[in-house]
Amino acid sequence: MQLFSALTLLKEGFAGQRGWRAQWRSPEPKSSYDVVIVGGGGHGLGAAYYLASEHGLANVAVLEKGWIGGGNTGRNTTIIRSNYLFDESAALYDHALKLWEGLAQSLNYNVMFSPRGVMMLAHTVHDEQILKRHVHANRCNGVDNEWLTPEEAKAFCPALNIEHNIRYPVLGAALQRRGGTARHDAVAWGYARAADSLGVDIIENCEVTGINRDAEGAVESLQTSRGLIRARKIGVCAAGNTSVIMNRVGVRLPLESFPLQALVSEPLKPVLPCVVMSNGIHAYVSQSDKGELVIGAGTDAYTSYTQRGALHVSTHTLEAICELFPTFRRLQVLRNWGGIVDVTPDRSPIIAKTGVPGLYVNCGWGTGGFKATPGSAHVFAWTIARDEPHPINAAFTIERFRDGHLIDEAAAAAVAH
Amino acid sequence: MLLIKCPYCGERPELEFVYGGEAHIARPAPEADLTPGQWAAFLYARTNTRGVHAERWRHTRGCGRFLNALRDTTTDQFIATYKVGEARPPAELAQQEP
Repeated sequence: MQLFSALTLLKEGFAGQRGWRAQWRSPEPKSSYDVVIVGGGGHGLGAAYYLASEHGLANVAVLEKGWIGGGNTGRNTTIIRSNYLFDESAALYDHALKLWEGLAQSLNYNVMFSPRGVMMLAHTVHDEQILKRHVHANRCNGVDNEWLTPEEAKAFCPALNIEHNIRYPVLGAALQRRGGTARHDAVAWGYARAADSLGVDIIENCEVTGINRDAEGAVESLQTSRGLIRARKIGVCAAGNTSVIMNRVGVRLPLESFPLQALVSEPLKPVLPCVVMSNGIHAYVSQSDKGELVIGAGTDAYTSYTQRGALHVSTHTLEAICELFPTFRRLQVLRNWGGIVDVTPDRSPIIAKTGVPGLYVNCGWGTGGFKATPGSAHVFAWTIARDEPHPINAAFTIERFRDGHLIDEAAAAAVAH
Repeated sequence: MLLIKCPYCGERPELEFVYGGEAHIARPAPEADLTPGQWAAFLYARTNTRGVHAERWRHTRGCGRFLNALRDTTTDQFIATYKVGEARPPAELAQQEP
Protein backbone atom coordinates (compact mmCIF):
# COMPACT_ATOMS: atom_id res chain seq x y z
CA MET A 1 0.00 0.00 0.00
CA GLN A 2 1.23 3.46 -0.89
CA LEU A 3 1.15 5.27 2.46
CA PHE A 4 -0.29 8.77 2.48
CA SER A 5 1.65 11.42 4.40
CA ALA A 6 2.76 15.02 4.07
CA LEU A 7 6.04 13.71 2.70
CA THR A 8 4.48 11.65 -0.12
CA LEU A 9 2.26 14.61 -0.96
CA LEU A 10 5.30 16.86 -1.22
CA LYS A 11 7.22 14.29 -3.31
CA GLU A 12 4.31 13.87 -5.70
CA GLY A 13 3.98 17.64 -5.95
CA PHE A 14 7.55 17.82 -7.25
CA ALA A 15 7.04 14.76 -9.47
CA GLY A 16 4.01 16.24 -11.24
CA GLN A 17 1.49 13.98 -9.41
CA ARG A 18 2.35 11.12 -11.77
CA GLY A 19 3.31 8.51 -9.16
CA TRP A 20 -0.08 7.82 -7.62
CA ARG A 21 -1.28 4.26 -8.04
CA ALA A 22 -4.74 2.73 -8.01
CA GLN A 23 -5.84 2.50 -4.38
CA TRP A 24 -7.03 -1.06 -4.67
CA ARG A 25 -6.59 -3.86 -7.19
CA SER A 26 -9.34 -5.06 -9.53
CA PRO A 27 -8.72 -8.81 -9.32
CA GLU A 28 -10.57 -11.56 -11.13
CA PRO A 29 -12.62 -13.53 -8.62
CA LYS A 30 -10.91 -16.66 -7.30
CA SER A 31 -12.83 -19.93 -7.36
CA SER A 32 -13.13 -20.09 -3.59
CA TYR A 33 -12.88 -17.93 -0.47
CA ASP A 34 -13.11 -18.45 3.28
CA VAL A 35 -15.54 -15.55 3.59
CA VAL A 36 -17.48 -13.67 0.93
CA ILE A 37 -19.12 -10.38 1.85
CA VAL A 38 -22.04 -9.44 -0.41
CA GLY A 39 -22.24 -5.67 -0.75
CA GLY A 40 -19.31 -3.27 -1.07
CA GLY A 41 -20.62 -0.37 0.96
CA GLY A 42 -18.93 0.93 4.09
CA HIS A 43 -20.39 -1.82 6.30
CA GLY A 44 -19.29 -4.64 3.97
CA LEU A 45 -15.83 -3.27 3.19
CA GLY A 46 -15.31 -2.49 6.86
CA ALA A 47 -16.29 -6.04 7.82
CA ALA A 48 -13.77 -7.41 5.31
CA TYR A 49 -11.11 -5.08 6.71
CA TYR A 50 -11.73 -6.20 10.31
CA LEU A 51 -11.87 -9.88 9.25
CA ALA A 52 -8.38 -9.47 7.80
CA SER A 53 -6.89 -7.13 10.40
CA GLU A 54 -8.38 -8.52 13.65
CA HIS A 55 -9.31 -12.11 12.86
CA GLY A 56 -6.45 -13.14 10.59
CA LEU A 57 -8.68 -14.08 7.64
CA ALA A 58 -7.09 -12.89 4.43
CA ASN A 59 -8.88 -15.17 1.95
CA VAL A 60 -11.86 -12.82 1.83
CA ALA A 61 -13.76 -11.24 -1.06
CA VAL A 62 -16.22 -8.36 -1.21
CA LEU A 63 -18.68 -8.60 -4.10
CA GLU A 64 -20.24 -5.33 -5.22
CA LYS A 65 -22.83 -5.23 -7.99
CA GLY A 66 -22.00 -1.62 -8.88
CA TRP A 67 -18.94 0.37 -7.96
CA ILE A 68 -17.37 1.23 -4.60
CA GLY A 69 -19.02 4.32 -3.13
CA GLY A 70 -21.99 4.23 -5.52
CA GLY A 71 -24.64 2.89 -3.17
CA ASN A 72 -25.98 4.26 0.08
CA THR A 73 -22.45 4.97 1.35
CA GLY A 74 -22.20 7.70 -1.28
CA ARG A 75 -25.83 8.81 -0.97
CA ASN A 76 -26.35 9.58 2.72
CA THR A 77 -26.14 12.89 4.56
CA THR A 78 -22.99 11.86 6.51
CA ILE A 79 -24.30 12.55 10.01
CA ILE A 80 -22.62 10.76 12.90
CA ARG A 81 -24.06 10.60 16.42
CA SER A 82 -24.73 8.05 19.14
CA ASN A 83 -27.49 9.67 21.22
CA TYR A 84 -29.91 6.73 21.02
CA LEU A 85 -32.33 5.99 23.83
CA PHE A 86 -31.99 2.29 24.59
CA ASP A 87 -28.95 0.68 26.22
CA GLU A 88 -28.38 -1.75 23.32
CA SER A 89 -28.46 1.05 20.73
CA ALA A 90 -26.32 3.41 22.79
CA ALA A 91 -23.66 0.69 23.15
CA LEU A 92 -23.68 -0.09 19.43
CA TYR A 93 -23.64 3.47 18.10
CA ASP A 94 -21.16 4.69 20.70
CA HIS A 95 -18.86 1.78 19.81
CA ALA A 96 -19.00 3.14 16.27
CA LEU A 97 -18.41 6.72 17.37
CA LYS A 98 -15.30 5.71 19.32
CA LEU A 99 -13.97 3.95 16.21
CA TRP A 100 -14.75 7.03 14.08
CA GLU A 101 -12.49 9.09 16.33
CA GLY A 102 -9.41 7.09 15.36
CA LEU A 103 -10.47 5.84 11.94
CA ALA A 104 -8.43 8.16 9.74
CA GLN A 105 -5.28 7.14 11.63
CA SER A 106 -5.97 3.41 11.55
CA LEU A 107 -6.81 3.41 7.83
CA ASN A 108 -4.14 5.98 6.86
CA TYR A 109 -6.93 7.66 4.94
CA ASN A 110 -8.50 11.02 5.68
CA VAL A 111 -12.17 10.26 6.25
CA MET A 112 -12.63 13.91 7.27
CA PHE A 113 -14.38 13.03 10.53
CA SER A 114 -15.48 16.34 11.98
CA PRO A 115 -17.03 16.21 15.48
CA ARG A 116 -18.72 19.57 15.10
CA GLY A 117 -21.75 18.72 17.26
CA VAL A 118 -25.20 17.40 16.46
CA MET A 119 -28.08 19.53 17.68
CA MET A 120 -31.60 18.07 17.83
CA LEU A 121 -34.36 20.65 18.11
CA ALA A 122 -37.50 20.53 20.21
CA HIS A 123 -40.55 22.35 18.82
CA THR A 124 -43.22 21.22 21.26
CA VAL A 125 -43.44 20.38 24.96
CA HIS A 126 -43.63 16.75 23.92
CA ASP A 127 -40.39 17.05 21.89
CA GLU A 128 -38.74 18.74 24.87
CA GLN A 129 -39.72 15.95 27.26
CA ILE A 130 -38.56 13.24 24.83
CA LEU A 131 -35.22 14.93 24.15
CA LYS A 132 -34.59 15.55 27.85
CA ARG A 133 -35.31 11.87 28.48
CA HIS A 134 -32.74 11.07 25.81
CA VAL A 135 -30.20 13.41 27.41
CA HIS A 136 -30.59 11.66 30.78
CA ALA A 137 -30.61 8.14 29.31
CA ASN A 138 -27.50 8.91 27.26
CA ARG A 139 -25.63 10.29 30.25
CA CYS A 140 -26.47 7.16 32.26
CA ASN A 141 -24.89 5.19 29.41
CA GLY A 142 -21.78 7.35 29.30
CA VAL A 143 -22.82 9.01 26.03
CA ASP A 144 -22.40 12.78 26.03
CA ASN A 145 -25.57 14.79 25.44
CA GLU A 146 -26.71 18.06 26.97
CA TRP A 147 -29.76 20.27 27.02
CA LEU A 148 -29.59 23.80 25.56
CA THR A 149 -32.09 26.63 26.01
CA PRO A 150 -33.17 28.40 22.79
CA GLU A 151 -30.67 31.18 23.51
CA GLU A 152 -27.86 28.67 24.06
CA ALA A 153 -28.86 26.88 20.86
CA LYS A 154 -28.68 30.13 18.94
CA ALA A 155 -25.31 30.95 20.47
CA PHE A 156 -24.03 27.56 19.26
CA CYS A 157 -25.67 27.93 15.83
CA PRO A 158 -26.20 31.63 15.08
CA ALA A 159 -28.20 31.11 11.86
CA LEU A 160 -31.04 29.47 13.82
CA ASN A 161 -34.33 31.37 14.05
CA ILE A 162 -35.60 31.26 17.66
CA GLU A 163 -38.47 33.73 17.27
CA HIS A 164 -41.71 32.61 18.90
CA ASN A 165 -43.96 33.44 15.98
CA ILE A 166 -42.69 30.87 13.47
CA ARG A 167 -44.35 27.64 12.36
CA TYR A 168 -41.87 25.46 14.27
CA PRO A 169 -40.64 27.49 17.28
CA VAL A 170 -37.47 26.24 18.97
CA LEU A 171 -38.14 25.43 22.64
CA GLY A 172 -34.67 24.03 23.23
CA ALA A 173 -32.22 21.52 21.84
CA ALA A 174 -30.21 18.46 22.77
CA LEU A 175 -26.57 18.74 21.78
CA GLN A 176 -24.12 15.88 21.34
CA ARG A 177 -20.77 17.58 20.96
CA ARG A 178 -18.90 14.40 19.93
CA GLY A 179 -21.26 13.92 16.97
CA GLY A 180 -20.66 15.45 13.58
CA THR A 181 -20.00 14.43 10.00
CA ALA A 182 -17.45 12.54 7.88
CA ARG A 183 -16.71 12.38 4.18
CA HIS A 184 -18.99 9.49 3.21
CA ASP A 185 -17.34 7.99 0.13
CA ALA A 186 -13.89 8.42 1.67
CA VAL A 187 -15.03 5.92 4.29
CA ALA A 188 -15.73 3.32 1.60
CA TRP A 189 -12.50 4.15 -0.24
CA GLY A 190 -10.44 4.09 2.94
CA TYR A 191 -11.78 0.70 4.01
CA ALA A 192 -11.42 -0.66 0.45
CA ARG A 193 -7.80 0.45 0.25
CA ALA A 194 -6.92 -0.86 3.70
CA ALA A 195 -8.69 -4.20 3.17
CA ASP A 196 -7.09 -4.63 -0.25
CA SER A 197 -3.64 -4.08 1.23
CA LEU A 198 -4.34 -6.96 3.64
CA GLY A 199 -5.17 -9.29 0.75
CA VAL A 200 -8.94 -8.88 0.50
CA ASP A 201 -10.26 -9.12 -3.09
CA ILE A 202 -12.66 -6.30 -3.93
CA ILE A 203 -14.70 -7.35 -6.94
CA GLU A 204 -16.83 -4.63 -8.49
CA ASN A 205 -19.54 -5.11 -11.13
CA CYS A 206 -20.30 -8.53 -9.68
CA GLU A 207 -23.95 -9.13 -8.84
CA VAL A 208 -24.96 -12.10 -6.72
CA THR A 209 -27.85 -13.92 -8.38
CA GLY A 210 -28.14 -16.90 -6.08
CA ILE A 211 -26.68 -18.78 -3.12
CA ASN A 212 -26.24 -22.57 -3.26
CA ARG A 213 -26.41 -24.78 -0.18
CA ASP A 214 -24.94 -28.23 0.45
CA ALA A 215 -26.69 -31.41 1.61
CA GLU A 216 -26.58 -30.26 5.26
CA GLY A 217 -28.14 -26.92 4.30
CA ALA A 218 -25.00 -24.89 4.88
CA VAL A 219 -23.87 -22.31 2.35
CA GLU A 220 -21.60 -23.70 -0.34
CA SER A 221 -21.24 -21.18 -3.17
CA LEU A 222 -22.58 -18.05 -4.79
CA GLN A 223 -23.88 -17.66 -8.32
CA THR A 224 -22.69 -14.32 -9.60
CA SER A 225 -22.61 -12.35 -12.82
CA ARG A 226 -18.89 -13.21 -12.89
CA GLY A 227 -19.26 -16.94 -12.35
CA LEU A 228 -19.59 -19.41 -9.49
CA ILE A 229 -17.66 -18.56 -6.32
CA ARG A 230 -17.35 -21.06 -3.47
CA ALA A 231 -17.44 -19.75 0.08
CA ARG A 232 -17.33 -21.30 3.54
CA LYS A 233 -19.11 -18.31 5.04
CA ILE A 234 -21.19 -15.55 3.49
CA GLY A 235 -22.00 -12.19 5.07
CA VAL A 236 -24.80 -10.23 3.42
CA CYS A 237 -24.49 -6.44 3.75
CA ALA A 238 -26.69 -5.36 0.86
CA ALA A 239 -28.79 -2.58 2.47
CA GLY A 240 -31.98 -2.03 0.48
CA ASN A 241 -31.43 -5.16 -1.60
CA THR A 242 -30.91 -7.52 1.35
CA SER A 243 -34.41 -8.99 1.01
CA VAL A 244 -33.78 -9.78 -2.65
CA ILE A 245 -30.70 -11.85 -1.83
CA MET A 246 -32.10 -13.46 1.32
CA ASN A 247 -35.37 -14.43 -0.42
CA ARG A 248 -33.22 -16.46 -2.84
CA VAL A 249 -31.94 -18.55 0.08
CA GLY A 250 -35.41 -18.86 1.51
CA VAL A 251 -34.75 -16.60 4.51
CA ARG A 252 -37.55 -14.08 4.96
CA LEU A 253 -36.64 -11.01 6.95
CA PRO A 254 -38.75 -8.33 8.61
CA LEU A 255 -37.55 -5.70 6.15
CA GLU A 256 -39.15 -3.23 3.79
CA SER A 257 -37.15 -1.08 1.35
CA PHE A 258 -38.04 2.57 0.95
CA PRO A 259 -36.53 5.46 -1.02
CA LEU A 260 -34.86 8.05 1.20
CA GLN A 261 -34.06 11.39 -0.37
CA ALA A 262 -31.27 13.87 0.15
CA LEU A 263 -30.32 17.08 -1.58
CA VAL A 264 -27.59 19.68 -1.61
CA SER A 265 -27.70 23.42 -2.17
CA GLU A 266 -25.30 25.57 -4.09
CA PRO A 267 -22.07 26.15 -2.12
CA LEU A 268 -21.86 29.11 0.22
CA LYS A 269 -19.49 30.52 2.81
CA PRO A 270 -19.48 28.91 6.28
CA VAL A 271 -22.88 29.55 7.84
CA LEU A 272 -23.79 26.39 9.73
CA PRO A 273 -21.19 25.33 12.33
CA CYS A 274 -22.94 22.10 13.39
CA VAL A 275 -25.47 19.50 12.31
CA VAL A 276 -29.05 20.54 13.00
CA MET A 277 -31.77 17.91 13.16
CA SER A 278 -35.44 18.00 13.85
CA ASN A 279 -37.31 14.75 14.32
CA GLY A 280 -40.62 16.57 14.57
CA ILE A 281 -40.42 18.02 11.08
CA HIS A 282 -38.25 15.34 9.43
CA ALA A 283 -35.37 17.60 8.59
CA TYR A 284 -31.65 17.49 9.02
CA VAL A 285 -29.09 19.87 7.63
CA SER A 286 -25.35 20.38 7.80
CA GLN A 287 -22.76 22.16 5.69
CA SER A 288 -20.16 20.20 3.78
CA ASP A 289 -16.55 21.27 3.51
CA LYS A 290 -17.32 22.35 -0.05
CA GLY A 291 -19.89 24.75 1.39
CA GLU A 292 -23.01 23.00 0.17
CA LEU A 293 -25.87 22.59 2.59
CA VAL A 294 -26.54 18.86 2.85
CA ILE A 295 -30.20 18.24 3.56
CA GLY A 296 -31.97 14.99 4.32
CA ALA A 297 -35.67 14.40 3.94
CA GLY A 298 -37.93 11.61 5.19
CA THR A 299 -38.65 8.36 3.39
CA ASP A 300 -41.29 8.09 0.73
CA ALA A 301 -44.49 6.34 1.76
CA TYR A 302 -44.18 3.24 -0.41
CA THR A 303 -41.64 0.45 -0.89
CA SER A 304 -39.49 0.91 -3.95
CA TYR A 305 -36.11 0.09 -5.47
CA THR A 306 -35.95 3.06 -7.84
CA GLN A 307 -33.40 5.23 -5.96
CA ARG A 308 -35.63 8.25 -6.44
CA GLY A 309 -38.53 9.74 -4.54
CA ALA A 310 -41.36 12.21 -4.89
CA LEU A 311 -40.84 15.96 -4.94
CA HIS A 312 -43.44 16.66 -2.26
CA VAL A 313 -41.32 14.76 0.30
CA SER A 314 -38.27 16.97 -0.17
CA THR A 315 -40.44 20.09 -0.51
CA HIS A 316 -41.92 19.38 2.92
CA THR A 317 -38.42 19.29 4.42
CA LEU A 318 -37.26 22.41 2.59
CA GLU A 319 -40.26 24.40 3.80
CA ALA A 320 -39.43 23.50 7.39
CA ILE A 321 -35.73 24.29 6.98
CA CYS A 322 -36.52 27.69 5.49
CA GLU A 323 -38.68 28.45 8.53
CA LEU A 324 -35.85 27.55 10.90
CA PHE A 325 -33.19 29.33 8.83
CA PRO A 326 -34.81 32.29 7.04
CA THR A 327 -31.44 33.13 5.48
CA PHE A 328 -31.57 29.90 3.43
CA ARG A 329 -34.72 30.92 1.53
CA ARG A 330 -32.94 32.27 -1.53
CA LEU A 331 -30.61 29.32 -1.99
CA GLN A 332 -30.96 27.04 -4.98
CA VAL A 333 -30.90 23.27 -4.82
CA LEU A 334 -28.17 21.77 -6.96
CA ARG A 335 -28.80 18.05 -6.77
CA ASN A 336 -31.48 15.76 -5.40
CA TRP A 337 -31.23 11.97 -5.23
CA GLY A 338 -32.50 8.91 -3.43
CA GLY A 339 -31.12 5.76 -1.86
CA ILE A 340 -32.95 2.57 -0.97
CA VAL A 341 -32.99 1.91 2.76
CA ASP A 342 -34.08 -1.33 4.43
CA VAL A 343 -36.28 -0.59 7.38
CA THR A 344 -37.13 -2.97 10.26
CA PRO A 345 -40.34 -2.70 12.29
CA ASP A 346 -38.46 -1.36 15.34
CA ARG A 347 -36.00 0.79 13.34
CA SER A 348 -33.04 -1.06 14.83
CA PRO A 349 -30.65 -3.09 12.70
CA ILE A 350 -30.14 -6.84 12.48
CA ILE A 351 -26.52 -8.02 12.83
CA ALA A 352 -26.77 -11.74 13.29
CA LYS A 353 -26.41 -15.35 12.30
CA THR A 354 -29.30 -16.70 10.25
CA GLY A 355 -30.97 -20.10 10.35
CA VAL A 356 -28.71 -21.18 7.47
CA PRO A 357 -25.27 -22.39 8.67
CA GLY A 358 -22.52 -20.14 7.35
CA LEU A 359 -24.88 -17.32 6.39
CA TYR A 360 -24.74 -14.03 8.31
CA VAL A 361 -26.67 -10.84 7.76
CA ASN A 362 -26.09 -7.19 8.59
CA CYS A 363 -29.14 -5.20 7.54
CA GLY A 364 -32.08 -3.10 8.64
CA TRP A 365 -30.10 0.09 9.20
CA GLY A 366 -32.99 2.02 7.72
CA THR A 367 -32.37 5.73 7.46
CA GLY A 368 -29.36 5.85 9.79
CA GLY A 369 -26.69 3.34 8.86
CA PHE A 370 -23.80 5.60 7.90
CA LYS A 371 -23.05 6.74 11.45
CA ALA A 372 -22.65 3.13 12.55
CA THR A 373 -20.32 2.04 9.74
CA PRO A 374 -17.14 1.24 11.73
CA GLY A 375 -18.97 -0.25 14.72
CA SER A 376 -21.30 -2.32 12.57
CA ALA A 377 -18.42 -3.60 10.46
CA HIS A 378 -16.36 -4.39 13.55
CA VAL A 379 -19.00 -6.50 15.34
CA PHE A 380 -20.17 -8.12 12.08
CA ALA A 381 -16.61 -9.30 11.37
CA TRP A 382 -16.49 -10.72 14.91
CA THR A 383 -19.83 -12.51 14.38
CA ILE A 384 -18.66 -14.08 11.12
CA ALA A 385 -15.19 -15.04 12.35
CA ARG A 386 -16.30 -16.58 15.65
CA ASP A 387 -19.73 -17.79 14.57
CA GLU A 388 -21.19 -16.02 17.61
CA PRO A 389 -22.22 -12.41 18.20
CA HIS A 390 -20.02 -9.82 19.86
CA PRO A 391 -21.61 -8.74 23.19
CA ILE A 392 -22.49 -5.41 21.53
CA ASN A 393 -24.61 -6.95 18.77
CA ALA A 394 -25.97 -9.90 20.77
CA ALA A 395 -29.40 -8.25 21.07
CA PHE A 396 -29.68 -7.36 17.38
CA THR A 397 -30.96 -10.76 16.27
CA ILE A 398 -33.65 -11.79 13.81
CA GLU A 399 -35.33 -13.77 16.60
CA ARG A 400 -36.10 -10.63 18.60
CA PHE A 401 -39.17 -10.14 16.42
CA ARG A 402 -40.39 -13.61 17.37
CA ASP A 403 -39.52 -13.28 21.05
CA GLY A 404 -40.76 -9.73 21.52
CA HIS A 405 -37.41 -8.25 22.57
CA LEU A 406 -37.70 -5.28 20.23
CA ILE A 407 -35.19 -2.43 20.49
CA ASP A 408 -37.86 0.06 19.70
CA GLU A 409 -36.03 3.16 18.56
CA ALA A 410 -39.06 3.80 16.33
CA ALA A 411 -41.19 4.46 19.38
CA ALA A 412 -38.32 6.26 21.10
CA ALA A 413 -38.18 8.65 18.13
CA ALA A 414 -34.43 8.87 18.37
CA VAL A 415 -34.21 8.94 14.59
CA ALA A 416 -35.91 10.99 11.94
CA HIS A 417 -37.57 8.23 10.00
CA MET B 1 -45.58 12.06 -7.18
CA LEU B 2 -47.47 8.95 -8.18
CA LEU B 3 -50.80 9.06 -10.01
CA ILE B 4 -52.99 6.35 -8.54
CA LYS B 5 -56.19 5.07 -10.15
CA CYS B 6 -58.72 4.56 -7.38
CA PRO B 7 -61.22 1.88 -8.54
CA TYR B 8 -64.03 4.10 -7.26
CA CYS B 9 -62.87 7.65 -8.08
CA GLY B 10 -60.44 7.38 -10.97
CA GLU B 11 -56.93 8.81 -11.19
CA ARG B 12 -55.88 10.96 -8.25
CA PRO B 13 -52.52 12.26 -6.96
CA GLU B 14 -50.59 10.23 -4.40
CA LEU B 15 -51.13 12.92 -1.74
CA GLU B 16 -54.78 11.83 -1.43
CA PHE B 17 -53.70 8.31 -0.47
CA VAL B 18 -52.07 6.58 2.46
CA TYR B 19 -49.86 3.57 1.80
CA GLY B 20 -50.97 0.38 3.55
CA GLY B 21 -48.11 -2.07 3.00
CA GLU B 22 -48.09 -5.48 1.38
CA ALA B 23 -51.49 -6.83 0.32
CA HIS B 24 -53.05 -10.28 0.67
CA ILE B 25 -51.58 -11.05 4.10
CA ALA B 26 -54.41 -12.90 5.79
CA ARG B 27 -54.76 -12.50 9.53
CA PRO B 28 -54.79 -15.95 11.15
CA ALA B 29 -58.11 -17.06 12.59
CA PRO B 30 -58.52 -16.23 16.30
CA GLU B 31 -58.83 -19.92 17.15
CA ALA B 32 -55.66 -20.82 15.27
CA ASP B 33 -53.05 -22.17 17.66
CA LEU B 34 -50.04 -20.25 16.38
CA THR B 35 -46.44 -20.55 17.47
CA PRO B 36 -44.54 -17.32 18.20
CA GLY B 37 -42.65 -17.89 14.94
CA GLN B 38 -45.89 -17.99 12.94
CA TRP B 39 -47.11 -14.83 14.66
CA ALA B 40 -43.83 -13.08 13.89
CA ALA B 41 -44.13 -14.14 10.25
CA PHE B 42 -47.65 -12.71 10.05
CA LEU B 43 -46.75 -9.47 11.83
CA TYR B 44 -43.32 -8.70 10.47
CA ALA B 45 -42.04 -10.86 7.59
CA ARG B 46 -42.59 -9.22 4.20
CA THR B 47 -41.69 -10.30 0.66
CA ASN B 48 -40.29 -6.80 -0.02
CA THR B 49 -40.46 -7.67 -3.70
CA ARG B 50 -38.11 -6.12 -6.22
CA GLY B 51 -40.50 -6.31 -9.16
CA VAL B 52 -44.28 -6.58 -9.26
CA HIS B 53 -45.57 -5.94 -5.74
CA ALA B 54 -49.16 -6.30 -4.53
CA GLU B 55 -49.92 -3.59 -2.01
CA ARG B 56 -52.71 -1.79 -0.20
CA TRP B 57 -53.51 1.89 -0.44
CA ARG B 58 -56.28 3.84 1.21
CA HIS B 59 -57.91 6.78 -0.56
CA THR B 60 -58.02 8.64 2.76
CA ARG B 61 -58.53 12.14 1.37
CA GLY B 62 -61.06 10.95 -1.22
CA CYS B 63 -63.63 8.21 -0.90
CA GLY B 64 -61.90 6.80 2.18
CA ARG B 65 -61.89 3.25 0.84
CA PHE B 66 -59.06 0.73 0.76
CA LEU B 67 -57.84 -0.57 -2.58
CA ASN B 68 -55.17 -2.96 -3.79
CA ALA B 69 -52.60 -2.25 -6.45
CA LEU B 70 -49.93 -4.02 -8.45
CA ARG B 71 -46.88 -1.81 -8.84
CA ASP B 72 -43.45 -2.53 -10.26
CA THR B 73 -41.06 -1.46 -7.50
CA THR B 74 -38.18 -1.11 -9.98
CA THR B 75 -40.01 1.60 -11.95
CA ASP B 76 -42.87 2.66 -9.63
CA GLN B 77 -45.26 2.09 -12.56
CA PHE B 78 -48.74 0.90 -11.56
CA ILE B 79 -49.83 -2.20 -13.46
CA ALA B 80 -53.32 -2.46 -12.04
CA THR B 81 -55.50 -1.30 -9.18
CA TYR B 82 -58.40 -3.40 -7.96
CA LYS B 83 -60.97 -3.56 -5.23
CA VAL B 84 -60.31 -5.22 -1.89
CA GLY B 85 -61.57 -8.80 -1.98
CA GLU B 86 -60.83 -9.25 -5.67
CA ALA B 87 -58.14 -11.73 -6.70
CA ARG B 88 -54.70 -10.44 -7.58
CA PRO B 89 -54.60 -9.79 -11.36
CA PRO B 90 -51.87 -11.59 -13.34
CA ALA B 91 -48.58 -9.70 -13.41
CA GLU B 92 -48.41 -10.16 -17.20
CA LEU B 93 -50.69 -7.14 -17.43
CA ALA B 94 -47.40 -5.28 -17.34
CA GLN B 95 -46.69 -6.24 -20.92
CA GLN B 96 -50.05 -4.93 -22.14
CA GLU B 97 -49.39 -1.41 -20.91
CA PRO B 98 -48.32 1.00 -23.64
